[in-house]
Amino acid sequence: MTDVAIVGLGLHPFGRSPSLSGLEQGAIAARAAIADAGTEFKAMEFAFGGSQDGGNADSLVNLLGLTGLQFTNIWNGCATGGSSLNAAYSAIKSGQYDMGLVVGFDKHARGAFNPQPKDWGLDDWYGETGLMLTTQYFAMKIQRYMHDYDISRETLVRVAEKAFRNGSITPTAWRQTALSTEEIEQAPMVSEPLNKYMFCSPAEGGCALVLCRADIAQKFTKNPVLLRSAVVRSRHYGSFEVFSPSQAPAVAPSPTVTASHAAFEFAGIGPKDVDVAQLQDTEVGAEIMHLAENGFCEHGEQERWINEGATEINGILPVNTDGGCLANGEPVGASGLRQVYEICHQLRGTAGKRQVPNAPKVGYTHVYGAPGISGVNILTT
Amino acid sequence: MQTQQPLHPGLFSWPGSSPQLLGSRCKDCGEHAFPSQHSCRACGSERTEVVELGNAGTLWTWTIQSFMPKAPYLTDETPENFRPYGVGYVELACGIKVESRLHENSANALRIGLPMKLEIVPVRLDNDGNQLVTFQFRSAEAL
Ligand SMILES: [Zn+2]
Repeated sequence: MTDVAIVGLGLHPFGRSPSLSGLEQGAIAARAAIADAGTEFKAMEFAFGGSQDGGNADSLVNLLGLTGLQFTNIWNGCATGGSSLNAAYSAIKSGQYDMGLVVGFDKHARGAFNPQPKDWGLDDWYGETGLMLTTQYFAMKIQRYMHDYDISRETLVRVAEKAFRNGSITPTAWRQTALSTEEIEQAPMVSEPLNKYMFCSPAEGGCALVLCRADIAQKFTKNPVLLRSAVVRSRHYGSFEVFSPSQAPAVAPSPTVTASHAAFEFAGIGPKDVDVAQLQDTEVGAEIMHLAENGFCEHGEQERWINEGATEINGILPVNTDGGCLANGEPVGASGLRQVYEICHQLRGTAGKRQVPNAPKVGYTHVYGAPGISGVNILTT
Repeated sequence: MQTQQPLHPGLFSWPGSSPQLLGSRCKDCGEHAFPSQHSCRACGSERTEVVELGNAGTLWTWTIQSFMPKAPYLTDETPENFRPYGVGYVELACGIKVESRLHENSANALRIGLPMKLEIVPVRLDNDGNQLVTFQFRSAEAL
């Protein structure tokens, strides 16, 4: 069976773009990815795309051309990009298609998301009494984790500092201003122990990738990136998830753990082989917990890792080299693909000032989202 | 005549001298859930029964909601008189952890392991002027 290669990368910068719809940002990203692969939209045999608030992804054909391709809309929360990649991987791996497009975009209103109880199988009382906030869940998960594994507040601050420092050298990032320790420490508290600079914000943006059979990849780029595994997993009974009025007595591993295991197994690669990673950092605690849940270190080892600079661009495992969700914001439909876009640039050696040294060969991306879904991709040169 | 009524039926036994949280227990695997579920999330069985879950537990984790949430949040508060509130998971004797508002709303009043007890508190008036009430937990220490 053929391998699957990523040969085109496109991004419309994340942040705020008042003059552009979400769909238009998706089209800009798609055109950029197709141009990067030196080809045309009519060469795309299929597309998988998704958006939460930006409209139906298949409406993109109105902007890119009505070529008659198979265009499938994918919606899977924070794992939308991962699910689209998984579908594209299968479409090529199976031999059904040779080349296609994956695209995600979004345009969210300002401020925190305000999910409705009914959409999550809950009754109105849960939202009316003020329990339906993802920020509370993230705060309570890291609060318990800090208690169980003796993680300090200083470590939370360090993760935020790294995110904005990396954002400041990423031309496409939304937040490009580095922040001092004091600025982060003194920011207003949102949900104890997490303050304003420790959470990412909903945003806008688009991202697209062109994929093809690895044996024809050289026609489109001199440095293809191989997609070695693309895995999505949902939660087990007992994992601590958002929007849960009650939790089971026994704590089960999160869907991140099962997605990560499966992705490493499919790829025949282990955590120690990974040179650069993008881990879901909707808030700083998530990055800390996800380091262990994805198998890169033991639970409780993170504080030492972060103090020693392990997750910095020149560390042993650079994490969120483009500033992650904290510096880029989160347009849900596009966010997971941005992680892959960044890893592809790192593996191509085209990441500019934030390039990881010594020619990284193995990259890793991870998303996690409500109501307990995780997507992991492993990429190699 | 205006009365006090539960915001949502079936969450707690009320009125009474000692309100209890209500949940479900699976007759096949024994797992509990809150609120009560017709089918069991652990094993998928549809043989569940409503049971009392008690009125006390210990704080498993917590946070403080420091700004007034957007809709669907619905209380009598205004942005001017909104008071931050605690939110936590309280571990009950049956082992499950129930998410709840907490009476305490400052970091120095809350800690993991704190003994907690159930109380019934007002939420808002409905269109007919009835007082709607719900459950929350408060510290059971040093009272
Ligand atoms: Zn059961």
